[in-house]
Formats: sequence, structure tokens, C-alpha cells
Amino acid sequence: MEGFEPKLVAFLCNWCSYSGADSAGKAQKEFPANIRAVRVMCSGRVDPQFVLEAFKNKADGVLILGCHPGDCHYKEGNYKALRRYTLLKEVLKPFGIEDERLLLDWVSASEGNRFVEVVWQMVNNVKRLGPLPLRSG
Amino acid sequence: MGKPKVGLYWAAGCGGCEEVVVDLAEDLLTVTGAVDIVFWPVAMDFKYQDVEALKDAELAVVLINGAVRLSEQEHIVKLLRRKSKLVIANGSCACLGGVVGLANFSKGIELINRAYKEVPTVANPLGLTPQSVTREGDKELELPDFYNTVKSLNMVIDVDYYIPGCPSTPELIKDAFMAILENKLPPKGAVLADTRALCDTCSRRDTKPEKISIREFKRVYEIEIDPARCFLDQAIICLGLVTRGGCQERCIKANMPCRGCFGALDNVNDQGAKFLSALASMMDSNDEQELKRIVDSIPDPAGLFYRYSLATSLLRGKIDEAK
Repeated sequence: MEGFEPKLVAFLCNWCSYSGADSAGKAQKEFPANIRAVRVMCSGRVDPQFVLEAFKNKADGVLILGCHPGDCHYKEGNYKALRRYTLLKEVLKPFGIEDERLLLDWVSASEGNRFVEVVWQMVNNVKRLGPLPLRSG
Repeated sequence: MGKPKVGLYWAAGCGGCEEVVVDLAEDLLTVTGAVDIVFWPVAMDFKYQDVEALKDAELAVVLINGAVRLSEQEHIVKLLRRKSKLVIANGSCACLGGVVGLANFSKGIELINRAYKEVPTVANPLGLTPQSVTREGDKELELPDFYNTVKSLNMVIDVDYYIPGCPSTPELIKDAFMAILENKLPPKGAVLADTRALCDTCSRRDTKPEKISIREFKRVYEIEIDPARCFLDQAIICLGLVTRGGCQERCIKANMPCRGCFGALDNVNDQGAKFLSALASMMDSNDEQELKRIVDSIPDPAGLFYRYSLATSLLRGKIDEAK
């Protein structure tokens, strides 16, 4: 979609992905300004209500980024995130919200490059989908 | 001063909540002895003009069941709002959108086409569908507009109190009437039921283990359900975890799991998402493929988690088409 800049909300875990975003910044990597970062202590802290609130408040896509499996600061918070995400994906289908508008991925504190890649890919995917037309009327 | 005047109205719903008023049985006489019913389309012969003729705020209270789907319903509930001091939303449809709110997974036009054209048992060679206005000779016939979206009562008018349930219960209705007559109402906006989750007061609570691990969800017909044991511990989905109590465990006592008709607890924005969160944490795997398999053992999870609350959920239903 021409000229459309998606708004993305990114929930970043404090221990890995937020630091990953930081290392991308420190290395002066360029990444799109479409994301609004929300730091959470753990990807397992992301209540599915947060994701729906983001969509309701005009986010065109939502990212949840956490530590790689096995690396969670709280041992298994990211697995809890994975369980919720798997079920939430299925629940979003009848709402007509496309699969690519919600992404759970793993970015460690040292993976500045990976952070940039994940964000670019998400921005491009959502750009192709266009704005999210919430139910009106 | 005469007895307080009361109205009852049935909007988009199945009428089960009207039945609950009748189920007051002998208590109905106590209630009707203390009040004057001046509008009750399902049971007594009053016309809309009778309501229009009332002075503003002349009624003490109206009990409205059903969601709002038609322009006629919107017109009448707005009229009743003007004529009544108190409005009580009675039942899940009025409070949350209810089962009829599940229609918001479709657009209005899709529903019309399905019902009048696509259902295999329908023969409609001319492809006729209901219209708001039809011309017949020099006459113009009108039907109420069928809105695109189902709304709960408080999305259309100001609501003072809520009695949830599908249907609500005679006890809750009687308590509400008594509270009005004795002037003992809680603050405006309160839900006149329990403030705790059903799970908190469930008679099977002691059998709920600390940690529940489920690798495959079961449906009620697939196993013989132990009538004394927590449903979730038997891998049967039960929404009692996130659902307001006050229903007297009608389903649990009939050995059926909770389906969430009393709606979310205070401070929860989205009952379905809240339940999703709780249920997902019981899925016993860390592997993506295995988790998908477990999720697949729940047919229509969205329809199940939002059975009564879709119309008032954060997203309200299926999104519109891209412009």
C-alpha cells in the first residue's frame, strides 16, 4: 500500500529483547520508526488483553519479543508467552485479523542485527496488508 | 402516592429472561402487589402510545432484556430511558450482547443472505430479502432497520444496573426489586450479582489441583464426567475461572461446565482474552507444533471464550473490509 506507514506496538522483554533493541541503537543500526516499544519484565507478562487493546487503539500490528527458549530470566515465562500466543492466533481468526499482524519472536540482548531484521520484516508485512479496519457502526 | 410504576421490555434475545420474571412464581405476586406494571409487551396488552403518553421519569424502573439489533428496539429503549428513573439491563444479551452478539463475527448483510438465500432448506427463487421500506401500489410499508452490528444496552442508552445471566435468575430479580422498594441500591453502574469468580465459590473448588496440565481438551460428550471433580482437572473447558458468580451454580449442579454467561469480573476489559490467558497456561507443552495440536482440540475457541461477551469485547467482532 502506497504511502501507508503502519503503527506497530512492540512488547519487549526487559532482559533480552529490550537490550537487543538497545544494542541495535548503540551500533547505530537503522530501523524503521514504525514501532512503539513497550518494555515489559517478561514476554510472559503480556496479557492477551494488551494485544487486543493495542489493536483497539489503532495499532496495525503487534510484536511480542522475548528471550530465546531456554534463556528466560524467569525460567519459563517465554514458554507461557508461546502458549498464549498459539491460542490467541487461533482466536483472532474469526475476527478477520490477518496472521501477520501479530508476531512472537525471540531476540537476545546481543542480537541487535536480528532485532532490526524482525522489525523490518514485520513493517513490510503489515505495509502490504494496509491499515487495520476495526469494526465500526 | 400511588405504587411505583414499572415497565418491562424484550429486545433482541430469546425471551428466556421474560420467563425468569414469570419464574418468580409466588414472589411475582409480592412484586406485582408492590408495583404497577404499565408496560410489558410479552404478557399484557399495552401499546407504544401508552408509553409515549407517560410523563418523563414517571416510571420508577424498567427491566430491559435483549441486545439492540433493530431500529425499533433502539427507538423503544431510548423512549423507556426518558420515561424511567432507573433502567436495569436484565440478562446477558442486555448486559454483554449475549449469544445474539456472536452474530458480530459476521456482517449484517451476510446474515440476511445466509438466512434468506443460502440455507439449503430455503427456496427463494426471486432472491427476496427483508427491506426497510416496500412499496405496494400507492402504499408504503415499513419494517425496522436491521443494523450491521449487535449492541449491548449500554452502547445505546445509559444503564443504571445490570443483572447478568443467560437467563438471569428469579432470585436476583427479586433482590433487585426489593432493593429498589427499600431504597437500598448499590452505587450506579453496579452488577447486581456476586463480585467473586464462580470458581471462588464453586462446590467443586476443593478438587481443583494447584497446577493443571492439559495435553488434549475433552468435550462434554467424550468422557463420563465425574460429578464431584473440577471440570478443568478432567480436561473439560470451564469458564468459571473468569466468570462472575451469583448464578447459584446452575450449570455446575447439572454436571455441565460454566460457559461464562455472568460476564467478566470488575476490572476485566475482555472476558474472552482473560480466559484465553488462563487456559493457555494449562496447556502442557513447550513445543510449538505440539501446542498447535492442543489448540486444535478446542473447536471454535473464539466462539467459546466470547460466547456471551463478543459484542462488548475490545474488538467487538469481525473487522470491517479494507477501504
